[in-house]
Amino acid sequence: MKIWVYAESEGDAPTTATLELVTKARELGTVEAIYVGDNAAAVAPALGAHGVAKVFAVDAGGSLAGVMGAAAMAGLVEAEAPDLILFAQSYDGRDALARLSVKLDRTVLTNGVGLSVEGDSITVRSAIFGGNTLVDTKFEGAKPALAAIRPKSFVAEAGGEAAAEVVNVDTPDAGRAAEAKVLETHVEEREGPKLEEATIVVSGGRGIGAAENYEPLVEELAKLIGGASGASRAIVDAGWVPYSKQVGQTGKTVKPKVYVALGISGATQHMVGMKGSDNIIAINKDGEAPIFSVADLGIVGDVHKVVPKLIEALKARK
Amino acid sequence: MNVVVCVKQIPDPAVPGELNSDHTLKREGKLILDESDSYGVEMALQLVDKAGGGEVTLISMAPNGEVSGLRTALAMGAAKAILVSDDALAGADSLTTAKVLAKCVERAEGTDLVLTATESTDGYTGTIPAQMAELLGWPSLTFAKEVHLEGGTAKIQRQTEAGYDVVEASLPAVVSVTAGVVEPRYPSFKGIMAAKSKPVDQVTTADLGLSAEAIAPNQTIVNVAAAPPREAGEKIEDDGTAFEKVVEFLDGLKVI
Ligand SMILES: Cc1cc2nc3c(=O)[nH]c(=O)nc-3n(C[C@H](O)[C@H](O)[C@H](O)COP(=O)(O)OP(=O)(O)OC[C@H]3O[C@@H](n4cnc5c(N)ncnc54)[C@H](O)[C@@H]3O)c2cc1C
Repeated sequence: MKIWVYAESEGDAPTTATLELVTKARELGTVEAIYVGDNAAAVAPALGAHGVAKVFAVDAGGSLAGVMGAAAMAGLVEAEAPDLILFAQSYDGRDALARLSVKLDRTVLTNGVGLSVEGDSITVRSAIFGGNTLVDTKFEGAKPALAAIRPKSFVAEAGGEAAAEVVNVDTPDAGRAAEAKVLETHVEEREGPKLEEATIVVSGGRGIGAAENYEPLVEELAKLIGGASGASRAIVDAGWVPYSKQVGQTGKTVKPKVYVALGISGATQHMVGMKGSDNIIAINKDGEAPIFSVADLGIVGDVHKVVPKLIEALKARK
Repeated sequence: MNVVVCVKQIPDPAVPGELNSDHTLKREGKLILDESDSYGVEMALQLVDKAGGGEVTLISMAPNGEVSGLRTALAMGAAKAILVSDDALAGADSLTTAKVLAKCVERAEGTDLVLTATESTDGYTGTIPAQMAELLGWPSLTFAKEVHLEGGTAKIQRQTEAGYDVVEASLPAVVSVTAGVVEPRYPSFKGIMAAKSKPVDQVTTADLGLSAEAIAPNQTIVNVAAAPPREAGEKIEDDGTAFEKVVEFLDGLKVI
């Protein structure tokens, strides 16, 4: 089975979600990557170390990556004949997947959390209803099958051939779709570890009461225990913290060793992004809050009382 | 400025979802306007207002001629709607849905801009906006958290994993907007009354010129199972010393 992974990067490193897909794909067959960007030579070694044999490098010429990636893949599919193309459930990943599905007239399966191959048949496991129900769906019809997988569904592990061959692909003709041009890129500043990769995540929800409480309660606690700070959508929508901190279905998926939820009710859309954490601590004044159903340690109490004392105690230990 | 907004009518998300025996989503009872789409409706109304002319047309695909969610969006101020209701679409996948909606955009005629949510609340496939754009041969500006129109171009702030990009494209284009991009208005009493008589053009796939083959699904659900539940652990009431429990817990995990 030949599997393509739509690879994305952050700077010169492949994203963790990309490496997760590559690691899984290597278990199932040979792996090749499609990469859109002008730094393929820098990104390729890490892809190779995770099992990618060949990287098709596409120059987007300033257009949106996913759009150009789809056009490039459509041009290569016939000659290269991949059986399955995997995308991360990311922004560019979804753009590329969506456009390619139309070009090839293929169905897509998204929100995958698992993948299995039996002989010729490919099955994707997706989580629906906020992760309460698992659905296995099999592709029918012509190959390649197209699927988007949620980050953290697999574990990224090195263990492939050393070098990946880089094959440059001409900038494809994407028609009017190529008119969407990226003019500027803004990266939000961050202190401490990355949210998706931190060992500890401390998230705040509407229960922290006000925007100005986020720093002294959530960030302070996160900093003290070497964690990253996150948030529920309620306080992102309210403008208290930037969207890059949002955990959940429409935000980031995290699987830290410890997840601390402060004043978060535990809506299914939030839980789908953190339920996979090894340990969950919840502090909420409502003893009936759904978050307690997944908490290993639940404190029914006021965050304004419990958290400052906790911060004091942790400071005293240092 | 003529704007088409995709709106989904969904079962109340506050009620836990259920599947039918054929694994399709249960859609009994009253359907409501997906909250995610209320942002697109509001954005469309504001853009048309700013442009000083034009109208907002809603497009929706729903079973049984369902219009209750559409009426909510019409009451907010949209001028008219196209509703595709066809038994052949039961269990339609995202590509089929995109084909149907793209045909609706063509039917609406003279469209400068299509607005959608980034994903629906109940299905959340998240591919339909770009699929529609590809079908129409238009650029797509996805995951917009700010939208500005100037002359014949749309400029957006596009959400990224690390922050945002500024992305621009000429019209006509498809733009998907994130929740919270604008504050959706509440329909006024006058709006609700007016919505009752606004035109809803109800069509079938045949009316749109889509063949049975074009809308045939090519995936099969082979199994549905409950996810293994996560066991709850200890739950205690704070008596002023609960913070000690947290310290102990973290200590036990050797993370402090
Ligand atoms: C399509 C869609 C996608 C979504 N995606 C996401 C997503 O990605 N991430 C996400 O988080 N949400 C998402 N949501 C929103 C989600 O449904 C909830 O609305 C949101 O998670 C609620 O945030 P919250 O828990 O902070 O607020 P609330 O639900 O308002 O909960 C606040 C909690 O704080 C507690 N509290 C109040 N005061 C105190 C105090 N002093 N001390 C202790 N506790 C206190 C309350 O008891 C309550 O439980 C999505 C919704 C939709 C429809």
